[in-house]
Amino acid sequence: MASMAAISRGLLKRRGIVRSPAAVAGLGARSMASWFGHVEPAAKDPILGVTEAFLADPSPDKVNVGVGAYRDDNGKPVVLECVREAERRIAGHLNMEYLPMGGSINMIAESLKLAYGEDSEFIKDKKIAAVQALSGTGACRLFADFQKRFLPDSQIYIPIPTWSNHHNIWRDACVPQRTFRYYHPETRGLDFASLMDDIKNAPNGSFFLLHACAHNPTGVDPSEEQWREISHQFKVKNHFPFFDMAYQGFASGDPEKDAKAIRIFLEDGHLIGCAQSYAKNMGLYGQRVGCLSILCEDELQAVAVKSQLQQIARPMYSNPPVHGALIVSTILGDPELKSLWLREVKGMADRIIGMRKALRDNLEKLGSPLSWEHVTNQIGMFCYSGMTPEQVDRLTNEFHIYMTRNGRISMAGVTTGNVGYLANAIHEVTKSA
Amino acid sequence: MASEDHSHGGSVFANVTQATEDPILGVTVAYNKDPSPMKLNLGVGAYRTEEGNPLVLNVVRRAEQLLVNDPSRVKEYLPITGLADFNKLSAKLIFGSDSPAIQENRVATVQCLSGTGSLRVGGEFLARHYHERTIYIPQPTWGNHTKVFTLAGLSVKTYRYYDPATRGLNLEGLLADLSAAPSGAIVLLHACAHNPTGVDPTLEQWEQIRLLMRSKGLLPFFDSAYQGFASGNLDADAQSVRMFVADGSECLTAQSYAKNMGLYGERVGALSIVCGSADVAVRVESQLKLVIRPMYSNPPIHGASIVATILKDREMYHEWTIELKAMADRIINMREQLFDALRAKGTPGDWSHIIKQIGMFTFTGLTSEQVTFMTTEYHIYMTSDGRISMAGLSSQKVPHLADAIHAAVTQH
Repeated sequence: MASMAAISRGLLKRRGIVRSPAAVAGLGARSMASWFGHVEPAAKDPILGVTEAFLADPSPDKVNVGVGAYRDDNGKPVVLECVREAERRIAGHLNMEYLPMGGSINMIAESLKLAYGEDSEFIKDKKIAAVQALSGTGACRLFADFQKRFLPDSQIYIPIPTWSNHHNIWRDACVPQRTFRYYHPETRGLDFASLMDDIKNAPNGSFFLLHACAHNPTGVDPSEEQWREISHQFKVKNHFPFFDMAYQGFASGDPEKDAKAIRIFLEDGHLIGCAQSYAKNMGLYGQRVGCLSILCEDELQAVAVKSQLQQIARPMYSNPPVHGALIVSTILGDPELKSLWLREVKGMADRIIGMRKALRDNLEKLGSPLSWEHVTNQIGMFCYSGMTPEQVDRLTNEFHIYMTRNGRISMAGVTTGNVGYLANAIHEVTKSA
Repeated sequence: MASEDHSHGGSVFANVTQATEDPILGVTVAYNKDPSPMKLNLGVGAYRTEEGNPLVLNVVRRAEQLLVNDPSRVKEYLPITGLADFNKLSAKLIFGSDSPAIQENRVATVQCLSGTGSLRVGGEFLARHYHERTIYIPQPTWGNHTKVFTLAGLSVKTYRYYDPATRGLNLEGLLADLSAAPSGAIVLLHACAHNPTGVDPTLEQWEQIRLLMRSKGLLPFFDSAYQGFASGNLDADAQSVRMFVADGSECLTAQSYAKNMGLYGERVGALSIVCGSADVAVRVESQLKLVIRPMYSNPPIHGASIVATILKDREMYHEWTIELKAMADRIINMREQLFDALRAKGTPGDWSHIIKQIGMFTFTGLTSEQVTFMTTEYHIYMTSDGRISMAGLSSQKVPHLADAIHAAVTQH
């Protein structure tokens, strides 16, 4: 491994950071002179900037279908009952000592059961290196940094399109990015043929980022058959599959079903990596709870890999936050609470599936000339409407409807109260398309 | 060259070797394995009561209950920069509520993951936007500092700090080394209760350091992990930071609530950048978001909510200051007891540094051989540099520790 100094120099060079000499000017002056006068205002985050704009809008009709946070049918954020109960049990009883660098052992154990299966032989044989991470973002970042450190010549193949922050994560980890085709704009479904081509044409042993279920932003998932073909081709090409699973349970309502893609790959003998998040499926958004796991050949390797993942976490935040992890392990470790959770997750998924149907029905009733099948074909929190940025701008400016400019609608923000208004507005801006 | 030479189906990470154990955490691992009833853990820096138990402050428990019983509370994502109230209150805590920098809106504050996270985000920001890429850290310093700044993209140099001969500050060496630093270089300063030595500059010495740094245009980056924990007084422990901010210049500050509010595992902290103007502060904050978003998107809500609840309520704030002073006083008391015990035994050497040093740690001056001896013969665990965590000591155990030091010093 390179020396610390070399790592530091290399990091900046690879990030392509250009320093402005302007900072040097005028530093002889005291007081209000600034070393940071040259700093440019950063562009707003495309997703989080939407909610900011929404909050600033005074219109009573405004609708937020931007950020992917679940809302109930009254448009209110939800704290799950199982979470409230878990918090009641935790408050006042436990201390707040540092977790180990790798995080909560219990939370990790429960997370692995969810992703790999209750009776997974890999868990029994201790072949999985796993650490608690700062939700899905943190899990992806730990993996990206780990990938850079131990396979410095590797790249990451990212689907088109993907969650915008994926690009930021691998860029800041200094891992070069390639893309593979995924979404088919004409069908608003999966471009399976192109996807398979890109898998075949990538150099052997390439790293691929796959959304395990409920693809963000398109809501388009491969079918089980298609996953099997993808897995087979990955074996042929010896590619590394890294799964970002941010919506387990949230897609179909059944966590086991939503983990199908991962289980297929495991059956086929792939040594996968997996990022899990409890932001959506347990509504723990702001708690930042997640898990990064890497399946290894044996226990020894798993121990080594875990120790190295910890070495990446230590200079970033030392050890992960305890509260959210306690909530997760309290719920998943108690059969009654876990049962309650499963019912609540299904409830959330069912409401979204219901809203998809309602939105499509409304658009069809309005006599839209376009096909809206994709609204019910797609799965998970998001609907990739197919609207253009210009049409989205009209929705915002004329109708006070907020979404990201790629036409992604967060179905979680749709309610029986606003679905009619939303359908109307969408019809207005698309009817002459 | 994306493909690897591993056999088909083997792991791409087969070449990954086991990382060496963290020296500080390794001490606790060894301690836990020891079956001796006499054992004493003076390793990791987490506060312990007289009974040797972790402590959750009463005021923290109260804040927790308020939060859990409030049905209107939700778990939504915080903004990238964290909880706004928390940020404002944290800035006031370290800079003083009457600080001109705050009143002039020149401070950009973002919630981060405790001290570590604040240092890392600050370091990354500097590596991207500051013209000087070198940071000077004191010798010795907290073991994680070098890695944090290196991975942030800075190159790390050291300046002399601790004088083993006096077990105090090597001011001459410090000033000489900072004088030799390139203009504009970043300098890491422990705001109070230096870790691991417990040696802090006096106010007069801080003034000398400040003048030198200003004359060379060096950029201060304060690590404030023990505000209130060192002397027992929050304002006194922030004097060094406030002196620097008072002359109108820029600096960075990393704050942690791990020790002073006992929120260790909740990972609560804040990074503040004091800028030359309000306009610069706005732009700086926007760039900090770009560092944070690809790291973890936004910070955890729970710990920051507890802190904000306490800091914004006058009565709870007051209760906190009392509990904080009690922790600091217990540690000061342990220092006095240990010093008295060694003096009573006539242990050779000058042990006054035990009561002169401040904060959680004492740099005993024991050699690594002496430390090993104390572990093997007396089951006393500390890091091999001779650093002991006073927080791990109790009145009951002082005689045992004094015996061990005495034996180590006279037999080695």
